[in-house]
Amino acid sequence: MKGEMRLTVNGEAYCTEKNTVKELLGEMDIVPERVAVEVNLKVIKRAEYAGYTLQEGDSIEVVYFVGGGEQEEPVIRTGTWRAGDRRRYGR
Amino acid sequence: MEDKFVIRGIEFRSRLWIGTGKYRDFEETVRAVEASGADVVTVAVRRVNITDRKSENLLDYLNPKKYKILPNTAGCYTVEDALRYSRLAREAGVSDMIKLEVIGDEKTLFPDTIGLLKATEILAKEGFMVFPYTNDDPIMAKRLEDAGAAAVMPLGAPIGSGLGLRNPYNIRIILETAKVPVIVDAGVGTASDANIAMELGCDAVLINTAIAGARDPIGMAEAMKHAVIAGRLAYRAGRIAKKLYATASSPLEGML
Repeated sequence: MKGEMRLTVNGEAYCTEKNTVKELLGEMDIVPERVAVEVNLKVIKRAEYAGYTLQEGDSIEVVYFVGGGEQEEPVIRTGTWRAGDRRRYGR
Repeated sequence: MEDKFVIRGIEFRSRLWIGTGKYRDFEETVRAVEASGADVVTVAVRRVNITDRKSENLLDYLNPKKYKILPNTAGCYTVEDALRYSRLAREAGVSDMIKLEVIGDEKTLFPDTIGLLKATEILAKEGFMVFPYTNDDPIMAKRLEDAGAAAVMPLGAPIGSGLGLRNPYNIRIILETAKVPVIVDAGVGTASDANIAMELGCDAVLINTAIAGARDPIGMAEAMKHAVIAGRLAYRAGRIAKKLYATASSPLEGML
């Protein structure tokens, strides 16, 4: 049995003794059928949750559907390039 | 005569599609969706709050067996982000449908059509049924169609602006040139706007803000339902030509 592992879950530091995606979701009390999971930018299929072993330092995103809608700022971002310079307009 | 609305083998009951953002709560969302008669509801993909988790889930209220859940990539400003959200949405959801948004600018929320075209191409190849939110440009609509879009969703006016169809002539050209269905997305402010889009011959209208932001969202949802039905019927029935002068409707024969 390995000790605590440090992960990043939805942008926050997260320590766990769980080994797989399935166990991690269970620990967070999340129903797997209602979410999608990404580990280090790779989408993990639901069928693979039980067999997918997490590693120290893994970055995990757990997302679900919310009302939408437009105009909400995304909370995860990959790219750096943007067509519009948002600072142009000020606030 | 039957007037079925089918895209790639999927039959849609309603030509009014509803966004689920900006409602007070899930109850109001459901009541508005029901009043609208829509069977397509758009949703956004967001992080689960792992520290303060609400037990309620939108899908507990909007049953995916009853409604077609259309996830969007709202808020994505890059191709990479749009692809990432699309792939997550497919895994979280129940279908390959994606309402693709690649936003170009925060103030207008106009689409970045170059990014949109790239993302459409990639996602269509991955088997997605892509519904790209685009501007009212007939050429871009054709390019999106060629890239594999299942339909095109030109804006009537900026998202949430309620300005109605600012360029109905371009929408008409899109309708003439596009082979895929045309669904007006964004800009509808009130029932007459939705009606005009349908009278032009659009296949459907997607509305969020005009309903969610109305004083009485449930009442407006119902108004939109009737406007879309009336517009479709009028389009199929064929309007009369506009003339400058009067043409009497009552016969002159038999007058005293």
